[in-house]
Amino acid sequence: MEITGFTPLPAAIGGAMIGLSAVLLMALNGRIAGISGIVAGIMAPIRGEGRAELSWRLAFVAGLIFAPLLVSVARGELVAVSAPHPAWMMALGGLLVGYGTRLGSGCTSGHGVCGIARLSKRSFVATAMFMATAIVTVFVLHHAFGF
Amino acid sequence: MRSGFNMRIISALLVGIVFGAGLTISQMINPAKIIGFLDIAGQWDPSLVVVMGSALAVSFIGYRVVLAREKPVFEPGFQLPTKTAIDRPLLVGSALFGAGWGLSGLCPGPAIAGAALGQIEIYVFLLALFAGMALKDGLARKA
Repeated sequence: MEITGFTPLPAAIGGAMIGLSAVLLMALNGRIAGISGIVAGIMAPIRGEGRAELSWRLAFVAGLIFAPLLVSVARGELVAVSAPHPAWMMALGGLLVGYGTRLGSGCTSGHGVCGIARLSKRSFVATAMFMATAIVTVFVLHHAFGF
Repeated sequence: MRSGFNMRIISALLVGIVFGAGLTISQMINPAKIIGFLDIAGQWDPSLVVVMGSALAVSFIGYRVVLAREKPVFEPGFQLPTKTAIDRPLLVGSALFGAGWGLSGLCPGPAIAGAALGQIEIYVFLLALFAGMALKDGLARKA
């Protein structure tokens, strides 16, 4: 193992902002900042929740999409992202993330941040599980199949 | 209460911006950065550990303060998960999610936040993400 590309300061600042937004969404709206649940609630509004639940979720997602553009404007250049794996892996990955986060009731934000902050046993187990399978998946892809 | 109704939408929008800015500044929005963290046997980028540690330090303390209050500012009550059992759907679902995360370098938050950045790979992921969610929730509704 060789450490490379480590960016501790932006990581600490950005991480604190993610934590702060989780706290604010609970303090102001009384909701868990779990992105998979928020998005699924927009796609298939949960019965009996009505328009009030839909509206805050849409507003949150709008803010989420808008934010990288704001950062881009502040920096004077578009935020750069790159996907190192081929398109078929993005497609298969998307399917698994979509199905898996619904089946497992959460993703990195809902389980990994909000759930662990609440000391939820389910979230500790879920986070250990998805970290483990993600690391194994990348290990197999890179070091067994040479992607 | 009309003004309260509007405030809850405005606050969700602003909180979404803070969340998305955090993902952007920490570079968690970048699939290459995530893959760099997950590839512990290659050239390892530990940044995600710092992001999660920092997010947890703030949310752990913040939740304790907030949840000690009677109710949130713009809603009548807190909505918290009620399940406690470590059951098969939790384990299988999280395992599948992790495999997908490793394949793509994306989880739902960064993928949605990246929707305006014009990267074809992110749109491919998002379409598949919605399909996977609909598949699960559609099946659940029929059952």
